[in-house]
Amino acid sequence: MKGAKIIKKEPFITDNKGGGLLKFKRSQLCIPYGLFLSVFVIFPLLLIIYYAFTSKTGTFSLSNFTAFFTEPTNISTLIISIFVSFIVTVICLLISYPVAYILSRLKNSNLAFVLLLLFILPTWLNFVLRAMAMKELLSFIGIPLGSTASIIGLVYDFMPFMIMPLYSTLIKMDKSFEEAASDLGASKVKVFTSVTLPLSKPGIISGVTMVFLPVMSCYVITDTFSGSTGFSLIGKLIAKCFLGENGAPIQINEGAAISLIMLVIMVVTMLLTGGFKNSENARGTNL
Amino acid sequence: MMKKLLSIGYVILVLAFIYIPIFLLIIYSFNEGKNIGVWEGFSFRWYERLDTVKDVVVNTVLLAVISATIATILGTLGAIGMFYSKGKFGKYVNVGSQIPVVNSEVVTGCALVMLLMLLGSSNRSIFGLYVGHIVLTAPFVVLSVIPKLKQMDSSLYEAALDLGDTPFQALWKVVIPQILPGVFTGFMLAITLSLDDYIITATLSPLGFDTISTAVYKSIALTTAQASKNVPVYRALTTIIFIITVVIVIVMNLKSNKKENSRK
Repeated sequence: MKGAKIIKKEPFITDNKGGGLLKFKRSQLCIPYGLFLSVFVIFPLLLIIYYAFTSKTGTFSLSNFTAFFTEPTNISTLIISIFVSFIVTVICLLISYPVAYILSRLKNSNLAFVLLLLFILPTWLNFVLRAMAMKELLSFIGIPLGSTASIIGLVYDFMPFMIMPLYSTLIKMDKSFEEAASDLGASKVKVFTSVTLPLSKPGIISGVTMVFLPVMSCYVITDTFSGSTGFSLIGKLIAKCFLGENGAPIQINEGAAISLIMLVIMVVTMLLTGGFKNSENARGTNL
Repeated sequence: MMKKLLSIGYVILVLAFIYIPIFLLIIYSFNEGKNIGVWEGFSFRWYERLDTVKDVVVNTVLLAVISATIATILGTLGAIGMFYSKGKFGKYVNVGSQIPVVNSEVVTGCALVMLLMLLGSSNRSIFGLYVGHIVLTAPFVVLSVIPKLKQMDSSLYEAALDLGDTPFQALWKVVIPQILPGVFTGFMLAITLSLDDYIITATLSPLGFDTISTAVYKSIALTTAQASKNVPVYRALTTIIFIITVVIVIVMNLKSNKKENSRK
């Protein structure tokens, strides 16, 4: 069935026959995807830059940024976002690392596989439904809505995404390094801190990139878990400009400026962690 | 021995953290009453009312299947092209394909709103919604297919051509079967990501169009009685989705076990 679609989309493949240029033709297969990305990914990113630096009348201006940075609530939202993302990432890492380590060191590989499935299974449940489940549990045991509840909700939703990359790095690790270290007299703690931990760095990095940035933009959880405390993250500020809810006008220029700030945060995080190299580990593509 | 018990205890503790909320929801989906914590007797009442959320489920599934299919075709062809490309265009596509993976969903969605408004169309439309979901999922198809292309012996394709296949035949009969597991993983991942998405849908969907994510969000974020009246029905829906997921996982693993056994 898919074959029929491919014929329709790519008639030129069958048109060009010839020996030396064959590789060139295979590479032409990425033209539709390339055009799609140009129109719907690259061009919109350039639009963000354009709108961020222009005023409503279309002239060059920095007013969107001065307006953002002179509003104290915006600054506090920005700082809180970075702080909350950091806290959530650290908690996820501290809970997930021992889990991934224990699973990767189980001798019974069937048991390890079943346990891993149990950790990943909830990610196939819609994440708003998972948030609802956590919210109902919190109200059941009497934890009030607010910043603490938000952090619990965020950790709950993002933890599986931290476990997966950690586990896949730890399971692939060559265990003979650890054995060598302990044969040479290193204590268990020493083996862990100077062999296991450094070797699992790629997994830590891809786990961190998969939690840190998405948390900042994930306003769904903070919206539903903050109650009347008004606790909110930077993603909400961007969304507010574009949702146009209840007939509110869409504020392109302001929204573009905040999006650009968000992009800068993203690039800085990526440079700090070297995350670009690890994007192929993203979201369980490696499982 | 002590250490082993400690590790098992820890794993069970974290699993409890993950599953207690879900099981609480499942148990109270059979509650006659509306509220969690007050057991008013066993009933299928909320399951009988599932037809009130039928439209939402249909919207969600259609969106996921159609956008994942298009994303899989675009992404698979893109990955093959990129992998064998030596020119600048392939590199450009590769970089472009990584942007939605690392970029935050809010920014991806809002950038699309800007584009749609520039083109003079409404900022909310079915077209924009599908485009948004394909932008979100196609890069993950590429990421799933590329490793399979790396494993494949690339001379197979050339051999097929030398033996007289047209490039299309060589692609369809030689390349695609080799990378099929990656294509399938990519398709499943695309479906999961689309089903899970809230932000892109909330920014781009036409008014009145709700997926499970946006509908549930509305009923748990807004605290009005009107908004929260559907919460017990969503508990029933969660239970059903959870059971379907468990069944799919078990069936898929039994199948892959069978395959491995037959290979041995």
